[in-house]
Amino acid sequence: MNQTGLTGETLLELRQVSKSYGDLHALSQVDLTVPTGQWLSIVGPSGSGKTTLMNIVGAMDKATSGTVLLDGVELSQLRPKDLTTIRRDTVGLIFQKFHLIPHLNAVENVMVAQYYHSMPDEAEALAALTRVGLAGRASHRPAQLSGGEQQRVCIARALINYPKLILADEPTGNLDAANELIVLDLFHSLHAEGTTLIVVTHDPEVARQGQREIALDHGKVVSEVRHG
Amino acid sequence: MFFRMVRHALARGQGGRVMIAATTALGAAVATAMLGIMFDVGDKVNQELKTYGANIVVQGHGAAVLDGLYDIESTAVGRTPLAESDLPKIKTIFWAFNILGFAPFLESQAALSQDGADPPAPESLVDVRGTWFAQPLDLPTGEHAVAGLAALRSWWEVEGGWIADADRELAMIGSGLAASQDLALGDRFTLTGSGGQVSLRVAGIISSSAEEDQAVIIPLATAQALAGRPGEVDTVEVSALTTPDNDLARRAARNPDALSISEWETWYCTAYASSIAYQIEEVMPGAVAKPVRAITESSGSVLEKTSLLMLLVTVLSLIASALAIANLVTASVIERAPQIGLLKAVGASDGAVVRLVLAELAAIALAGGAAGYGLGLVFGQLVGQVVFSSSITPRPVVAGLVAALVLLVVLGGSLPSIRLLVRLRPADVLHGR
Repeated sequence: MNQTGLTGETLLELRQVSKSYGDLHALSQVDLTVPTGQWLSIVGPSGSGKTTLMNIVGAMDKATSGTVLLDGVELSQLRPKDLTTIRRDTVGLIFQKFHLIPHLNAVENVMVAQYYHSMPDEAEALAALTRVGLAGRASHRPAQLSGGEQQRVCIARALINYPKLILADEPTGNLDAANELIVLDLFHSLHAEGTTLIVVTHDPEVARQGQREIALDHGKVVSEVRHG
Repeated sequence: MFFRMVRHALARGQGGRVMIAATTALGAAVATAMLGIMFDVGDKVNQELKTYGANIVVQGHGAAVLDGLYDIESTAVGRTPLAESDLPKIKTIFWAFNILGFAPFLESQAALSQDGADPPAPESLVDVRGTWFAQPLDLPTGEHAVAGLAALRSWWEVEGGWIADADRELAMIGSGLAASQDLALGDRFTLTGSGGQVSLRVAGIISSSAEEDQAVIIPLATAQALAGRPGEVDTVEVSALTTPDNDLARRAARNPDALSISEWETWYCTAYASSIAYQIEEVMPGAVAKPVRAITESSGSVLEKTSLLMLLVTVLSLIASALAIANLVTASVIERAPQIGLLKAVGASDGAVVRLVLAELAAIALAGGAAGYGLGLVFGQLVGQVVFSSSITPRPVVAGLVAALVLLVVLGGSLPSIRLLVRLRPADVLHGR
């Protein structure tokens, strides 16, 4: 047990977490525990609170009430500056729309995350691109890459600082079937190495790749399924 | 990595950044031109005003130096005459190079009769002015100069032409007199004065919109012979490039003895109309030199108003630039919100993002400011040539001022977008919340 009450195996714990935007209750008293190394899929219809949950877990937003413990740190009490530190050190983010910087090439987009984390290392960034199968596309800018390639750059950027948690928001939402397979293979590889993954998806096939699947509806966890 | 990001952002940036650079350049160009003109305008306005006549009148008088400095009367009647031989000394004073021109005058009246008029016209008494037209001078310093009415009355409309000082049988007459006496170019007439009689031919008819329109203007030597006053001059009009009067000049005008030694030296070594007049009196004993109040005051007033106008145009253009930059930078930040949100999402602090955006802006402002400065120099030269018919001297102080102003304008214009940057939350722009 550490000072926050989490066991050594628990990376994330949400206790009675709620989030409201005025009269809109995006999340209502959500309880959730994610052990280190687990691949959790979050599904649910639009407006169910998936993205809100992602933002809170990814230290990009604060809960209106409740407790969010990430790697032993209570996020709800942190100042914006400390939330930045959490995002930098603990979380790797993968987006549906990739969010690559258009005027930087692939390797530079990966190095941006290194720069704000510690120190840019081009060789290490190239190694990350090699890992996602883009060694030959390192000098290409996002506009010169396909959607699948852009998403793989986004994955390389997310894992370059060895985060404890990777948060992926609809990572295959903009990809064709072939690229979806490539991305899922990468997730399997990361999971096999012990990385904790939380993947928000609409796609039941993608959701089934995780060890565990929870469904959100109207801001509440309405079901939970464990996969093989 | 920081400079790599800035460099790539600039090299592959959107058109908005070109607009920011263009806006900065425009503001810098106007500021450079206006400030350049403002710093140069004193000399230009003075030179321009000097073309409209003399600003110092020298008369023969035994009065005390600078007595009644601002109560000048232009009449020379009853005054002690000046010696023509003393006139070249005017170009030997401390501020000799500021003396743009001068002309002596000897005034008299003579009876005019037309030669060969049929029927003979009755004689009429007319004003006669003897002067130099373009008299070459050998100065006591060994230098040479030219002085005379042609330079001092450059705005006169002359039918025919200016006459030379050596043309003793030629005359210029005022257009009013020509009309009343029915004289035309080439007509001959005779003047009879107290010293003798001269026969003259009309070589020029002048339109001055002043009292000279009713006078006969002849070479000084001819006038001296006609009036029987050899070597004498009544007045000398001097056109000098002067510094507008300030409090020191006004106090000196009232009583130069009341100045401290350092004040006196400052006054003496500054080209105030009063100090130049004082120096003329020093080289011409017995003469009284007085600034013509209307001209000197007009000069100061025009200068102040012109400078104020330039300053206002500069300030307004910079305010306009700042507002435009504020809009453009804010639009650019909004356009780049996902990128900025991404940087924050991967761990960039607010300060780091602000530094990045400001570095980009600084580079854009540097390029725009440099281009604007160059453009402003050209624009200033154009204004100088068109308005003052002379070039504007580039001054380092203008470059420094423009650099500081551009920095101020860009920083000021960036403030709204910096606030926006700091408030921007990654969740809002990356996930659309």
